[in-house]
Amino acid sequence: MAEKHFIRAINEALADAMSADERVIILGEDIAAAGGSFKATRGLLDRFGDKRVFDTPISEATIAGVAVGAALTGFKPVVEIMFMDFVTLTMDMMVNQAAKAHAMFGAQRSVPMVLRTPHGGGLSAGPQHSQCLEAWFAHTPGLKVVCPSNPIDAYGLLRAAIDDPDPVIFVENKALYAKRVEMPEEWPQIEIGRARVARRGKDVTVVAYGAAVDWAEKAAEELARDGVGVEIVDLRSLQPWDETSVMESLSRTHRLVIAHEAVEAFGVGAEIAARMADVGFDELDGPIIRVGAPFSPPPFAPSLEAVFRRDANDIVAAVRRTLR
Amino acid sequence: MTAERAKSRYSAMLRIRASEEALQKLFADGRIPGFVHLSIGQEAVAVGVSSCLRDADTVSSNHRGHGHTLAKGVELEPFFAEILGRETGLCRGRGGSMHVADFSKGMLGANGIVGAGLPITTGSALALKLLGKGDIAVVYFGDGALAQGLVHECINLSALWSLPVMFVCENNGWSEFSPTSRQMATSLRKLADAFGVEYRAVDGNRVSEVAATAETLVAGMRKAPAPAILECATTRVRGHFEGDRQDYRTASEIQSLPARDPLSLARAEMQVEGVPPDWFDEVAKQIAVEVNNAVAKALTAPPPIDADLAAGVYAGMGSK
Repeated sequence: MAEKHFIRAINEALADAMSADERVIILGEDIAAAGGSFKATRGLLDRFGDKRVFDTPISEATIAGVAVGAALTGFKPVVEIMFMDFVTLTMDMMVNQAAKAHAMFGAQRSVPMVLRTPHGGGLSAGPQHSQCLEAWFAHTPGLKVVCPSNPIDAYGLLRAAIDDPDPVIFVENKALYAKRVEMPEEWPQIEIGRARVARRGKDVTVVAYGAAVDWAEKAAEELARDGVGVEIVDLRSLQPWDETSVMESLSRTHRLVIAHEAVEAFGVGAEIAARMADVGFDELDGPIIRVGAPFSPPPFAPSLEAVFRRDANDIVAAVRRTLR
Repeated sequence: MTAERAKSRYSAMLRIRASEEALQKLFADGRIPGFVHLSIGQEAVAVGVSSCLRDADTVSSNHRGHGHTLAKGVELEPFFAEILGRETGLCRGRGGSMHVADFSKGMLGANGIVGAGLPITTGSALALKLLGKGDIAVVYFGDGALAQGLVHECINLSALWSLPVMFVCENNGWSEFSPTSRQMATSLRKLADAFGVEYRAVDGNRVSEVAATAETLVAGMRKAPAPAILECATTRVRGHFEGDRQDYRTASEIQSLPARDPLSLARAEMQVEGVPPDWFDEVAKQIAVEVNNAVAKALTAPPPIDADLAAGVYAGMGSK
């Protein structure tokens, strides 16, 4: 069977969505002629032409705003923001415009746009090219947020995001771009808002998304050697998130760890922990433990970045602590 | 033909004026929640530009968007119902005065963020250009928006991509409570020149002048998509918002406003061309009845249903 790279899955999802629906257009910095900073859009200009694939000036706010306006006028724009750190420049368009249009205008129109952007560190890219800022968007009513952990989910979630009537923030972890999987016969369909149980285990639930799912897999292997069974719930969607699947897993294991690359404080893990401490209170046999980055900007020096970034060891330690 | 057009524009301006005077009174009576920004004195811009537009053309607006909305053909009753926060409003009471929108008329929304209408309209212009039917997009913004980076980004992008977007600047000299002379180191004319975008300046209180210039620009844009900038010198008669005491304006400026009133200027022109005084009396009566009826109906409409609070947050499935 053929293998697929994560970045190739993104590329195929864009191409297939553009073939399926001529209202899909893509916009971003260096995405057309150059094929994108990470080559996610390579070949699309040649295949679909310059009326569907647009190189924009370096004007992130306007790129996002143009997508909102085109979406309100019947198109389905997919925008690439080169690094997630640059979403700060799009915030008014995403938070005050795209997120609110459907509610604020009394459901006259929705904004069927996707903002694709890579997050995550490990490249010594420094404080402004490494951040994971997805919690800001998950906190904003009207936006949806997804973050795939593997090429198959990346394809399925991107197709679902483009088909969705609402604005979707599609977060890609840079460390996963080179990840490969064996391709199934065809790409499966994936629904936004549904988690995936990535591994079964009886002793503890680890909820993760994006690159942290790989850390959880590694941690589970190590813990299995000590006879500890780890169940991994790959969230896939952060807004809406699959509370039912997390609750079901917690009801089986009675222990909960939540892991993400983003800063721990006020993050996605905090929301899940708070909900499970409420609706899952009777199921809990140990403290809910979060694994997330310390409260610091991502540092540049490789030695410091290694201190800043979480990994499988942190999940192992968290699991041992909640089982204590 | 010319007289008919002048009459139609005068009626449209008076309809906006009467509607905003009704809003002014409703606000003073405590019947309108939130903020209200009136465009009294600026009606000629909205009407002059809209007189050159068709339904498929899109417009978007700013805080002071009542005139732009009504000039695009939006009906009075749902307009008032929206501003009063009623379920029968244009946006079912979810938006209010700063967010009036009617997509069935190509009105993409007023906006509470200064300058935010520009990229949305630029995107709409991209869509209209791709559709290739000769439709155009218009964004109204004040001189107060000129210092926003978005203005510069959007003029640049629309010039690069030859997008059919008309940037209509209503220059009333005031950026909220500060004179624009303290906000802007250059002028829109110079910006247009820098980006190589067609630019026209008009007396924005003379509706015939606004309409004639807009007509020329719009005709060109329909034939060959390209951006254009129309700067309209106009007058903000009321405060930045209702309740603003305008301590920052001089008495002489305020006293100079009536002579620049767009309705009086249009009437004087029309009388020279032979429109009799009776016609003005008759149209004033008709519009007063129309506005009073719309307000009365809107006031009897129910507020939104409490249980529907989260229903409109997403068009697709619900969320947490």
